[in-house]
Amino acid sequence: MHKDQYETIGETIYKEKLPNGLTVALLPKQEMSKTYAIFATNYGSIDQQFVPLGGTEEIRVPEGIAHFLEHKLFEKEDRDVFQDFGRQGASANAYTSFSTTAYLFSATDNIIENTKTLIDFVQDPYFSEASVNKEKGIIAQEIKMYDDQPDWQSFMGTIKSMFRNHPVNIDIAGTVESIQDITKDDLYTCYNTFYHPENMTLFIAGNFDADTMMNMIQDNQSAKSFAPLADIKRSYPDEPEAVAEKEKVMKMAISIPKCIVGIKEASVPQEPEAFIKRDLYLDIVMDHYYSKGGAFYQDLYQSGLIDSSFYYETTLEKNFGYSMIGSNAQKPDCFAEKVMAQLLSLKDAKISEADFEKLKKKKIGQILRSMNSLEYISNQYIHYQAVGFDFFQLIPVLESVTAEEINAFLNSWIAEERLAVCKIVPENS
Amino acid sequence: MKAVEEEMYQQEGTHIHLIPTNKFKTIHLIAKFKAPLTRETVSKRALLPYVLRQGTKSYPSRAALENELDELYGAGLGIDGGKRGNSHILSFRLEVANDKFIPHAPNMLDAAVELLKEVIFEPNVKDNQFDEDIFNRERETLKQRIESVIEDKMNYAQMRLIDEMCEDEAYALHVQGYLEDLESLTSSDLYSYYKQLLAEDQLDFYVLGDFDTDQVKNKLADSFVRKQHGSAPEQTSEPRKQISEVREIIEKQNIQQAKLHIGYRTHCTYEDAGYYALQVFNGIFGGFPNSKLFMNVREKHSLAYYAASRLESHKGLMFVFSGIAPEDYEKARNIIELQLKDMRAGSFEEDILEETKGLIINDILETLDHPQGIIELLYQQILSGKHAEVDDMISGIRKVTKDDVIKAANSIEEDTVYLLTNNGGGEDA
Repeated sequence: MHKDQYETIGETIYKEKLPNGLTVALLPKQEMSKTYAIFATNYGSIDQQFVPLGGTEEIRVPEGIAHFLEHKLFEKEDRDVFQDFGRQGASANAYTSFSTTAYLFSATDNIIENTKTLIDFVQDPYFSEASVNKEKGIIAQEIKMYDDQPDWQSFMGTIKSMFRNHPVNIDIAGTVESIQDITKDDLYTCYNTFYHPENMTLFIAGNFDADTMMNMIQDNQSAKSFAPLADIKRSYPDEPEAVAEKEKVMKMAISIPKCIVGIKEASVPQEPEAFIKRDLYLDIVMDHYYSKGGAFYQDLYQSGLIDSSFYYETTLEKNFGYSMIGSNAQKPDCFAEKVMAQLLSLKDAKISEADFEKLKKKKIGQILRSMNSLEYISNQYIHYQAVGFDFFQLIPVLESVTAEEINAFLNSWIAEERLAVCKIVPENS
Repeated sequence: MKAVEEEMYQQEGTHIHLIPTNKFKTIHLIAKFKAPLTRETVSKRALLPYVLRQGTKSYPSRAALENELDELYGAGLGIDGGKRGNSHILSFRLEVANDKFIPHAPNMLDAAVELLKEVIFEPNVKDNQFDEDIFNRERETLKQRIESVIEDKMNYAQMRLIDEMCEDEAYALHVQGYLEDLESLTSSDLYSYYKQLLAEDQLDFYVLGDFDTDQVKNKLADSFVRKQHGSAPEQTSEPRKQISEVREIIEKQNIQQAKLHIGYRTHCTYEDAGYYALQVFNGIFGGFPNSKLFMNVREKHSLAYYAASRLESHKGLMFVFSGIAPEDYEKARNIIELQLKDMRAGSFEEDILEETKGLIINDILETLDHPQGIIELLYQQILSGKHAEVDDMISGIRKVTKDDVIKAANSIEEDTVYLLTNNGGGEDA
């Protein structure tokens, strides 16, 4: 078992890559009451086209299938796994994102037993035609719930206006129509291809003993057999640098219009350290200009173009990246115009050495604050693991970033053709 | 060892609570001001967090205040209002990284106490009123917030249920305030109310984290001096509502999914002896994924993605909520009623009773891993006037018997059914 000590933050991680390919990382924290465990596969809604395990031809699966599979993995021939966790005092959950499907539990008791349950249920699928059909009604209501959420609709609308071909532009849960086509065989095909241990990570943080835990996991895994390791052949369509649609307008039952400006990344660095640095540049730059003390935020605020719903975010994944700046806006066109002008001005902008040092300080404090949460640590670990980076190295990498690097990035970041606007306006306007 | 160490003492009209713990990488300061929920004060208390967050005497703009927070390694400052039973609580929260984890950092705790003191007691005031521009701008922000309540259908339906169910009771007041009250409010009115709040509200001040208790006490004695003494009028109790028949309210909007919210009177609050049994009842009925509502409305009949129940523990209410297809209203309502009937008749297994107790205890213990969670849990005692250690809560839950749960189920009264549906669904109200 490999042991990594991170002295400044006072944490120790135990790591092991098992013979079957599974990556296991343990963060024992005896001072906590609970343990949070997450078992994730590097597979999400964007994995639409691939060569199935053992096959030769590329196939295309129905939209929303990764999420559908996530729901169905909880149901076994004779029971629902939620009840197993319930009996063992744990609360279980799962989520599907663009690029990850994760199963998790948190508990304060029966930690070894609960971890076994987590591993075993994920590694023992049972899909039947009847149960697949039954799930369609439940997921249809989940989709309809999102249909009525203006914030989600404006988020997905912005994604769709940015990306022409990349499957990030499909809804994670699919549509009420697309999920009707899903069969139990489709689920097995996806499961067999993407739930191989080689494609998965198990991360556990909290109150447990690392040796006992690792031994249990090793025993559990060596007792099971898996198909031989094979590279997963996924394919993503070519995506132009320019956005798909400069402006998208949707109507919903809302009282105040919403507007988001989306910035599509031209490319994503593949080497782990370069990837993380890009991630940090985006974060620092957005923070400098659009956090509540930032000059661009102040400008928008003073002009009365935004309200308390203002937000910004950036996302960088292995094969796509974007940022969003959005708000409820009485004058959505003025908002969009102003934000785009601000962004375009960045090619001649400069962040001073002093400001940069302050931004770094702020970011370090924020990382430490977020490390209070076992959920956050675990989810971030999984997220960075997918690109081959160790989350606990984030502060040292951040410390190595220079103002010069940031400014070089800043001046080349924005191009008009990579900006998109999505507006949601009240129905009767 | 006790689950949570809390040292409490009085200092100049303030209840100070010190919670030393080494679980977190941060230190948390939370000041809670409590007063009765009234129509006269609710909009002012709703607006205050917005205005106060924009600056202080020494940091008179948002940018200046944010800059100061950035200098404190990205400290997080939040001010918010909420209702608990018939009380309106205004909370000031400051979270800073513990300087233990940052080489060469200054003493963050002292700086944090100074800053929070400034935010609370030294607002940006000129000529006995808040800065006029900030006041006007923030009033607009709050108005937009009020107008956008309708966007989040789940919150909107819940608000509407309470409007109808608790008509003429303080609990129905909207903590986000009222447009018509804001219209006539002036900046000097607001400041004179704030002075009154500082003088009269009950103030509880919490410090949580890894710190030296004596050092904090000295610091607070030196600088957190409240000149005034809390003397807020006590809550007046309201007569028990007589329910002659269940009211049904149906409202229509252009939406995809109907929201069914049902309100009940539990006649049992946090300080009552029967509260633990009520918690267990709620858990079995609709609190967890193995509950009757989840298993029947969702898993058995595929009518919904979510179907759950929740307690309001200081007013004595229970709510059931579910998102369903408009045409399934009657069916869903019947299934929900049947579950309650089953509970009243004792038609549930001992197993589920024990499982549910385990899950509730797990929830309590997990709360202890969240800094804000610990403080909120302890603040329950202030709100209810009942002192209960975490260990007392756990043993209280453990002792609940099946008969206790049946008794709790039978003391619950259905009050109002609220349905938000689309133009095709439900009958006319």
